[in-house]
Order: sequence, then C-alpha cells, then structure tokens
Amino acid sequence: MVATTTQPAERERLLRFDGAERALHWANAVLFLTVMSTAAILYVGPLSAAVGRRELIRQIHVWCGIALPVPVLVTLAGRWGKGFRADVSRLNRWTKDDTRWFRSLGRDPYVQLGKFHPGQKLNASFIAGVIVVMLATGSVMNWFHYFPVDWRTGATFVHDWIAVILFVVVVGHIGMAFADPEALGSMVRGWVDARWARDRAPRWYEEETGSHGQADILAGHDDAGD
Amino acid sequence: MAEAKAPDTSATKGTPVGRRVFLGMVGLGAAGVVFGSKAQDWLEHVLAPITARDGTGLSTFLPVGRFRIYSVTGDLPSKSVADYRLKVGGHVDQPLELTFADLQAMPPTNLDKDFQCVTGWRVHNVKWTGVRLGDLLTKAGMRPGAGGVEFHSFDGEYTESLTLEQALRPDVIVAYSMEGKTVSSEHGGPVRMYVAPMYGYKSCKWLDGINVVAGRPQPGYWEERGYDVDGWVGKSNGRDDNPTS
Repeated sequence: MVATTTQPAERERLLRFDGAERALHWANAVLFLTVMSTAAILYVGPLSAAVGRRELIRQIHVWCGIALPVPVLVTLAGRWGKGFRADVSRLNRWTKDDTRWFRSLGRDPYVQLGKFHPGQKLNASFIAGVIVVMLATGSVMNWFHYFPVDWRTGATFVHDWIAVILFVVVVGHIGMAFADPEALGSMVRGWVDARWARDRAPRWYEEETGSHGQADILAGHDDAGD
Repeated sequence: MAEAKAPDTSATKGTPVGRRVFLGMVGLGAAGVVFGSKAQDWLEHVLAPITARDGTGLSTFLPVGRFRIYSVTGDLPSKSVADYRLKVGGHVDQPLELTFADLQAMPPTNLDKDFQCVTGWRVHNVKWTGVRLGDLLTKAGMRPGAGGVEFHSFDGEYTESLTLEQALRPDVIVAYSMEGKTVSSEHGGPVRMYVAPMYGYKSCKWLDGINVVAGRPQPGYWEERGYDVDGWVGKSNGRDDNPTS
C-alpha cells in the first residue's frame, strides 16, 4: 500500500456557529426580509398600487419590526447564548490587524484576521444599530400622536434614510455570502473546513486549535451545537 | 480535548469599534428625530443637482422630495379612466355626471406648485393639470345661498370640504393629470382635488362626488380628528411652513 495519507487536517472541521447562533441568524433573516419587502411595498409607488392591501401590509411591517429585537435578546439571555455572547465580544473589538485590513481594503497580505473580518464586524454593529433606531423611529411614526409634530417628520426622515442604506448593506451581505460558499455553508451546518479557517481567519484558527496551522487539528467540536 | 484552548484574547483586546458604531447610530438617530425636519430641506438642496443628472432612475428611491402614500381605508382604491364618473350635485340647478373625457374637454388649468403635507414632508414643483373647481360649479349652476362644497372619495370613507370662497379660488382644481400623466391610483387617481394653498389632507384623493351645500359645509375626515378646517399652509395646525400658493 502506498504510504501517502490524505492529510488529516484537510478534512477537519471547526465549529464556527453553534445551533443557537444559527437559529438567531435565520430568525433575523426572515424578520429582516419581511420588514424590507413590506417596506418596499409601502414606499415604492407602483408596488403600492400593484399590491394594495395597505393596512395589512402596514400591520405586518409594524409587528415584524417590533419582533426584531426578540431573537437577539432571547439568544443573549440564556445559557444557550454562550457562543453568541463570545462572538458579540469578537465583533465589537477591532485589532490592529483589523484596522490595517480596513485601511488597505483587504489587500494587505500580512494581516492576520480573527474569526470575523472588519466588514463583518461593521455589518454586525450596523445591524444592531438598525434594530434599535428603526424600532424607536418606527414607534414615533406609528404612535405619532404622542409626540411633537416635528418628531414625526424627523423620525420619518431617519427611518427612510436608514432603510435605503440597509437595503444596500443587506444586498451586499447576501452577495458576499454567495461569493463564499464555505462561509455561507457554515451558517447552515455550523462548521467550516479547517483549511478555510487557516486561510481566512488565522487568529481564530490559532485560538481554536492552539496551533499555527502545522499541527493537526483535533476534531473536538461537535457541530450539533450546545 | 487534549490540547488546552488558548485563552480567548480577541474578546478583550482591541478597540471597541463595534460599540462606538452602535452608539453613534443611536446618537445620530436621536438627533435626526429632533432636527430631521430641518435637515431634510437642506439635504434636498444638496442632492438636487445630483438627482437631476441621475440617468439610472435609482435616485427616485432616495427619501428626498417624495410623496408618502396615505389611505384611511387600509387599501388603495382604483377605478379605470373608462369607468370613472364625477357627480356634481346638491344645491345646484343642473346636477352633472362627468366622464374623464368630459373633464379633459373643459378648459384646462396647469399648476406647478409645492405639495406640503401636515406631517412635514414637502414635494417641490409638482405639475398638475385639471379643471378649476369654480368652472365646474358655474357649469352646474349654484343656487342662491350656496355656502360651501363637500367632497366625497370613492374609497367610501374620506370626505373633505371648502367654503365657497375657498372653492372659487383659481388655484383650486379638480386634477386629472400629475407630472404629465393621468393621476395614478396611489396618488388618488384617476381624478382628485388639488387645493394648492392648503395642506395635503384638504386635497381629497379618489374624488367621485362634489356636493354644493347651503351654509357651512361639514368638516372633513381629518378635521373631525383634530386637524384645522381652514388648512392654510404655514398658517394652521401649529405649523410654520412656507406658503405653497
């Protein structure tokens, strides 16, 4: 028998997102797509006319908007949120490498990134801000008679501009996910190929394996989640 | 796991940029709510040269100078141009039932004026074409003692009204065209009121009835819910917008 072995590291997997994080991501995705599509129907004249049923669409928009913070809060609150809470810390903190990556627009070859790259970090912070700001401004718009007239105008102004930016960001997010099937796959099944981690997220790879990419990776993670 | 996991340093090291972005957005959002009504006019001026030269049409999605669509019935009523009828009746000698073509056959009035909503948004230089309400009333022949005009919408819910003096102004029209096209369903088409000097709620959408009354007319839908009956732009509802006409 020929002595070549397939390198064990090639087939190893690292758990990138546990079950709770995946559930959170997809609950968020469904809610966001619902508020964004109902927003489009309410905002774009020809769509409004084609769909009609304005009050129903408005109700769906408002209630899904109110529900938006729920998955995040539920995931943050419990024992099951350990992985998510750790990732929130990772998303919050920018290392020197992150700054360099950002300044070079990802072109600096010496940058050693962690589990998330700066674009993902910005996306996460932006989405967190969006949930809070849209909930607040949407509430002023929905229950306007409790607020000064000018606030209604101001809330509409903020709500609309953030919505336009959000559309661009979400389209970008989905586009990038499809451009990197391994990353997208990890949001479905939880794990990534260790080689992907070594290439794309070397600092995280070190954290997880205690190695710099030479030693074997122990298959110590169960991808079934917590 | 045999090998000890390296201490998770990424969570504690580094600058908390994420938190700053988040708090920055919350701060900007709050400032935008309080000052947004002032900021939006400024922004419109800044963006006007860009949106005017935009060939892609994408700028029409930007929230500047846009109509917002309101309906009190939870739906957008629609009626084809062919099926459309406008009834003019009440305190008149000659009740009318007009088709869309009948309206088009009358002398047209073009107005190029701002549309100001009582909720704060304003669309600059909207081009309307229609028939002067005064011409219609003359055609129907008002009886002595006529004091006001009530409008009825085919959404089945909305009503509006004007005093006779207001109704006879030359900048009050029954509009069938907006920006060179038949008024679309979401804008209250095929025929709606356009009362240029007043807030948008005075311009009844989906108009299908004009009723002349003796004495004072009934206040409209929103007036029964607290809006001013005489909805002059800048001089009512506690607002100080620039006049539109």
